[in-house]
Amino acid sequence: MSEIIKTEALTYAYPTENGLSAPVLKGVDLQIRRGEFVAVLGHNGSGKSTLAGHFNAIRLPTGGVCYVDMMDTRDESNTYEVRKTVSMVFQNPDNQLVATVVEEDVAFALENMGVPPAEIRKRVDDALKSVGMYEYRTQAPHRLSGGQKQRIAIAGVIAMMPRCVVLDEPTAMLDPQGRREVMEVVRELNHKYGITVILITHHMDEAVQAQRVVVMHRGNVLLDGAPREIFTQVDTLRDARLTVPQTIEILHELNVKDGANLKIDALSVTECADILEQYLQ
Amino acid sequence: MLKDITIGQFFPGTSAVHRLDPRVKIVLTVAMIITLFLAAGPISYVIIIGFLAAIIGISGISPKLIVRGLKPVLFIIIFTAVLNLFYTPGDYIWQWGFLHISKEGIKIAFFMVLRLMLLIIATSMLTYTTSPIQLTDGLERLLGPLKKVHAPVHELSMMMSIALRFIPTLIEETEKIISAQKARGADFESGNIVQRAKAMVPILVPLFVSAFRRADELATAMECRLYRGDVGRTRMKQLKIERVDVCAMVISAVVLGSVITLGRFGL
Repeated sequence: MSEIIKTEALTYAYPTENGLSAPVLKGVDLQIRRGEFVAVLGHNGSGKSTLAGHFNAIRLPTGGVCYVDMMDTRDESNTYEVRKTVSMVFQNPDNQLVATVVEEDVAFALENMGVPPAEIRKRVDDALKSVGMYEYRTQAPHRLSGGQKQRIAIAGVIAMMPRCVVLDEPTAMLDPQGRREVMEVVRELNHKYGITVILITHHMDEAVQAQRVVVMHRGNVLLDGAPREIFTQVDTLRDARLTVPQTIEILHELNVKDGANLKIDALSVTECADILEQYLQ
Repeated sequence: MLKDITIGQFFPGTSAVHRLDPRVKIVLTVAMIITLFLAAGPISYVIIIGFLAAIIGISGISPKLIVRGLKPVLFIIIFTAVLNLFYTPGDYIWQWGFLHISKEGIKIAFFMVLRLMLLIIATSMLTYTTSPIQLTDGLERLLGPLKKVHAPVHELSMMMSIALRFIPTLIEETEKIISAQKARGADFESGNIVQRAKAMVPILVPLFVSAFRRADELATAMECRLYRGDVGRTRMKQLKIERVDVCAMVISAVVLGSVITLGRFGL
């Protein structure tokens, strides 16, 4: 079986004082294959973070099933293995670092897993080097910038050597510099280590870097495909209250206002410039 | 800045005293306290003072800091001295009304003050040279055997270290909230005590709300990182007894042992 995560008619409603809330997820069918780099896009309240919580058994389906590596997440005896297979990085870098020293924090998950001390040392050093934070290993986390803290959190995940990493808006609280640093590390997770990456985001320029984009809207999958196929559907995306990458937006505007009839699938600035150059000539 | 407060007054360094295993330091500090109460005569005190001076010398911590550490307890020291001085019966050398000073009183007061000061210096040497995280770590391992009787040793030390981790974060947040409330015209500086205490409410409420939210998120993050309490856990850093530790233990045993022996002869 090539899917690492598979949901079937997944529904979820938050528990409230008077029973359940209105469903946040309304029958999601989704398959994530091994080694993929998937971006999950969606407006606030589209259910994208709730969906991410299911991949790691933080949330359990109120209806339907979620399989992680063929394990049913509803079965409590699977929870530990599910979390070993799929790790998670959260939005707020401050609220996911446990230890007072950087290297101790990276070691935290390994200590919980009962890995022998010598191997922990090695894996921690390797993980810190791969996110470029090795020189900071004896520092206190509160002295680091947001981007650096988030890289520490990712190093903690790399050290666990999971098969899949879910990142829930990891750049939402960072400045542009921090966002660049973190995205670079995220791409490496997938390219260099072959880890399946699921990136929850609402930044188009981040989603563009993925192999596959899933657009969530009102608790369901609206679009699912390669970035080029998705972002050219400008009107559908706008209905889902999402913007499109600026490169596509400018070409689309030219088509609508000037009847330019251009190809609008430019994902990078260079591609966009080439198309514009041809048009102007 | 609030942020620069050092908790437990730790002064980082690389001296032999700093490098000692925290467990060894804790045990030796306790031994030192016991010895201080068993010491009886001037020779014993001279030995202890010499021993402490040597430790301070090796640690490279400035004697000024040590003296400053005594300030907060100055009142207690003086109070004890005065009580002992005026209320010890014996061979009176001075009398005025109900007040009197005896030879024994002078002696007891002097040694009491000395004992208290040495006690404080010895314990502050522990916190001056050991980082809070090492202290918690050392305590967890020293108290490890208590786990057998289901004492929540691991949980307590986990709570301690999370608290240490979040103190700077929460201090930073408090500063932000104070600025935000000041920008909205809050006044924290004027008025009597009651008014000032009331002015703290708009700081404390948001701080608590955010602390609870943080706690919730941290708990989820810890679960995601496979935390199950003290089940099947290993540690990256193993505390190992090195040569320095053995040396420290042997020297201390000799010094403290001889003080206790001298104490039995009243020297």
